[in-house]
Formats: sequence, structure tokens, C-alpha cells
Amino acid sequence: MSSKKEQIIFYSMEDESLKKLHIYDSGVSAGFPSPADDYLDVDLNLHKYLVKHPTATFFIIAKGHSMERAGISDNDLLVVDKSLEPKNKDIVVAIVDGEFTVKRYTMNNENICLKAEGLSSGYPDINITDSMEFEVWGVVTHTIHNNR
Amino acid sequence: MIALADCNNFYASCERVFNPTLKNKPVVVLSNNDGCIIARSNESKQLGIKMGEPVFKAREIIEKHNVNVFSTNFALYGDMSKRVMTLLASLSPEIEIYSIDEAFMNLAGIKKCFEIGLHMRDTVKKHTGIPISIGIASTKTLAKVANHCAKRFTKKGVYVLKRKDHISDILKSMPVSKLWGVGSRYSRMLRSYGVDNAHEFVSLDEKWVLEKMTVMGLRIQRELKGESCISMDINPSPKKNICTSRSFGTKVRDFQSLKESISSHAARCAEKLRLEKGCARYVSVVIKTNPFSDSDYYCGYKSSSFDVPTNDTLDIINAAENILRSIYKKGLEYKKSGVIVGDIIPQNQVQLNLFDMDEKRIKRKKLDSTVDIINQAMGRSTIHIGSQGIAKNWQLKREKLSPCYTTKWDDLLTINC
Repeated sequence: MSSKKEQIIFYSMEDESLKKLHIYDSGVSAGFPSPADDYLDVDLNLHKYLVKHPTATFFIIAKGHSMERAGISDNDLLVVDKSLEPKNKDIVVAIVDGEFTVKRYTMNNENICLKAEGLSSGYPDINITDSMEFEVWGVVTHTIHNNR
Repeated sequence: MIALADCNNFYASCERVFNPTLKNKPVVVLSNNDGCIIARSNESKQLGIKMGEPVFKAREIIEKHNVNVFSTNFALYGDMSKRVMTLLASLSPEIEIYSIDEAFMNLAGIKKCFEIGLHMRDTVKKHTGIPISIGIASTKTLAKVANHCAKRFTKKGVYVLKRKDHISDILKSMPVSKLWGVGSRYSRMLRSYGVDNAHEFVSLDEKWVLEKMTVMGLRIQRELKGESCISMDINPSPKKNICTSRSFGTKVRDFQSLKESISSHAARCAEKLRLEKGCARYVSVVIKTNPFSDSDYYCGYKSSSFDVPTNDTLDIINAAENILRSIYKKGLEYKKSGVIVGDIIPQNQVQLNLFDMDEKRIKRKKLDSTVDIINQAMGRSTIHIGSQGIAKNWQLKREKLSPCYTTKWDDLLTINC
């Protein structure tokens, strides 16, 4: 005979497993099951659509009117991907002499110009010269505009 | 080979990513409560600002040279760290995240270590804006040494330490205090025996090292000889205890403020427990006065245990408040408070008490998870227990906090265009 005391051990139930049950929208009791059940798809995820490189993507608020013809209005939300190399005519976030700006990046025979696209003509382009400190911070991949 | 990636002046670099005016300018980041300097850009180091120095001691240099001063912004640093570590994990077969700004990577079987290192460094810089240095060698301790070399002697920020003669040259130039795992106590001891640099340490008799510095010291010595003794820790073991503590922004005397702080810490501990799916068997509370002030130092500390291990906010707050009542002394100026929950077991292994009120437990569980969901969606402490207080006069002093550029909608970077 073992001298061990008998023990009753109560374990609480992990309720996590209950949550993972697949729920069929159309129920399973009686009648004909929905013919759509086999075609259930994953939900569309807008974040995944907008953010291709999560570790390199940042959200930024645009202030001002110099890019309105490019579809960027005051207070729009920009999705900026730092991992992308800028191509000609990309909209970029750049740093010029220590200041951030958002402009259209254009290259013409090695000459880089940051073009403004405002509705009026009061917004100057920035021609990048050797004496300027210039860096492309990231490429603006999407603009989110609130219509209300 | 093992690589150690280390972010250069990490906190200062995070601030720079979103603030180009800081480029080539001195930057320092302060500890909780804006007390001490805990991060410096290279420019600040060159001005002679010391690591860990109380900010008032450096005030003169800071004002004279227009040093940019920031409070710690852990929301920002944590998010940037996550980005860097995720990238490094995708670029290496095996990774051990060692701290907020350091990671070991196993490059076993990879021939072009230097090229891989360069690629990692360039990718991290391009994607996140954070500069990193990478040291590569045959053991973790030597990888640390190689990282030291990468920071000091290279332009590219990547250094492979492989050749025997290079290793011994570098160890000769390295004081023992700079070695990984050799603290100030051991380096003082070693110096008293005439051991100044790492090369001299490696030449010591192994028995002597074992006797004087335990098996940890022996491991460091063998690792420096190229024998791997400290393995990669890829799956961090679940935490055995969780601690939340803070220094107060102002001196706290009254019981009510102390109670609010203890309730907040207790609630945070409960939240962390639920995140780890664990339950704690005991809770401890600690309150301290300022050890550097003229008046007598007091540190109150007591624990109590639960009949049934728990991760319920109300259970833990109630227990913590009861302990606080028993250790609170009137008339003192308190500087710090903390709550520790310990002896953590997985929540599905909790043994119930026969007389336990099961219904109440299920209700509480629902309440806790609802609060967690709301707070995760709407921001921390959107919903909280009343005893945590509303005004929170005792909270951290963070006067020079930068925006949480990556984690709060209201704090996003704005750019004029």
C-alpha cells in the first residue's frame, strides 16, 4: 500500500478552446444548408492592402495645399513606405536641408527636382543642387482622404 | 558563427528618425522622471556628457551647446525595436532578442558572414532609419567584442572577428570591465590581481577563474577562447514574476495618492498576467522613501498569497491595498512604489478550491477580458478601477516627451507640403 494521501485535484477549464469553434452563420439544425458555406472567404483586410512592408511603413499627416493636384489635401493621411527606392514621378517624403516635405520626385538626366502640384501657381518646385542636404525618407504609396 | 546586432545610441536614433533637425546635433534621453541621462548621441558623448549622470550635473554643458533633451518615450522605442527585430528575424535563420536594442543571430553554416552582416545593416537602416552595428565571431562573448570593434574601428559598422592574432590583439586593448558579463565588482577584483585587459584574463588558470568568479566567469573565459558555452536562447522562458514599479513625479505623503499608485501598478500586473495567460500565487507591495535625502530611509515590503492563484484585477488590487495598509507609515515622503506578482503558473493549471465560488469567478473573468478588449482597442486605461485615481498627481514627470509617432493617431508625424 502506498502511503500517499489521495488527492482530488480540480482544474479550471481553459475557455480559449471554446472560442475557436467555427460558427456557421446559417446554423446546422435542419433544412438545407446554405450553399455559400463552402465558399466562405477570409475577411478583406484593408490594413494588409495598404501596408505591404509593415516594418517599414509609417503613417503621416499632410499639412498644406502644395500637392492638391496630386490628390493630397490638407490633413490627409499618407501611407509611407521607407523600404522602397523612389522611381521617377513617385510622390515622396523628402528631407531638404533638415526639413521634411512632400513632393513629386522627378529625375531628368541626373537632375533631381521635387515638383509641387498645387491648384494655384504659388508653390515653388525645389531643384536639388549639390550644396543642399537631400534625402528621400520614404515613398508615399497611398493617400487616405476623409470625405466628410 | 554568431552575430550580435546592436542599435547605435538606440533611443537617440529613434528620436532622429522623425526629427531631421536633430541630425549631427547632440541628443540625450532622460530616465523615468527626467532624472538621469540614459542615452546619448555620439555628439553628446563627445561633449563629455556621461552615461547615467543626473541631468542637473550636465545642465551647464546642455545649455552651452544646445543639447536636445528628451524624456523617455517607450511607446516609440518599443515600436521601433519591434520593427528592427522583426526585420532581423526575417534575415537570419535563428534569433535571440537580447534586449530592446540588441539581438544575437545564429549564422551557423553561412559562408559570407560579412556580406550578410552588411545586408542586414543596410536593410535595417533603409526600412526603419535606425543605424545598427554588427559584430560576428564564433561565440556570443566574442561577438560582443566584435560589435565593440564594429562601432569603433569600422565605417561600415560590420566586423568579423575570426583570425587568432586579431582576437588576441583586440583583447589586449580591451579593459576587463568592458567584457560581457564581467561587472564592476569582478573587474575591480581582477584589477587587484593585476589583470587589466581581456587578454590577461583569458591567460588566467581556469581553476583560479572558477574559484574566484564561479562557473559564469569560466564560461566567459572559454567563450573568449572560441569555445561556445552560452547557447542561443530562442524561446524565452515564461516569466516567474512580474513587477510594475515607478518613481513618483513629486514627493508623495498621503495615503490616498499611494493607494492610487499601488492600484494602478496592481491593475497593470493583472493585465500583464492575463496577456501571458498566467495566474500568480502571491502579490508583494513595496514603498520607499528617497535613499539620498537627509531624513531616515524607509522601505516597506510585504507579501501575501492567494488561496487560488489569480489574474483578476480586483483580486490583486484588493490584496495589494491590504498590504499597503500594513506597511504605510504616516508623515514620510515617499519616492517610489511597486507591485510584484509572483509564482506564476499557466492559467489552465490552476487548482480550484473546493469551496470556491465558481460563478463569481466566471463573471470576473468576463469582466477582465471585456476591460482588456476595450483598453486594447481604445488605448490603455480607457476603463479602469476607480481606486486607480483620476487626477494621478503622483505620475511620472516627462516634460520633454516627444510624440508617439507610430502608436497614437493624435501623435502622427505631420509634414508641411
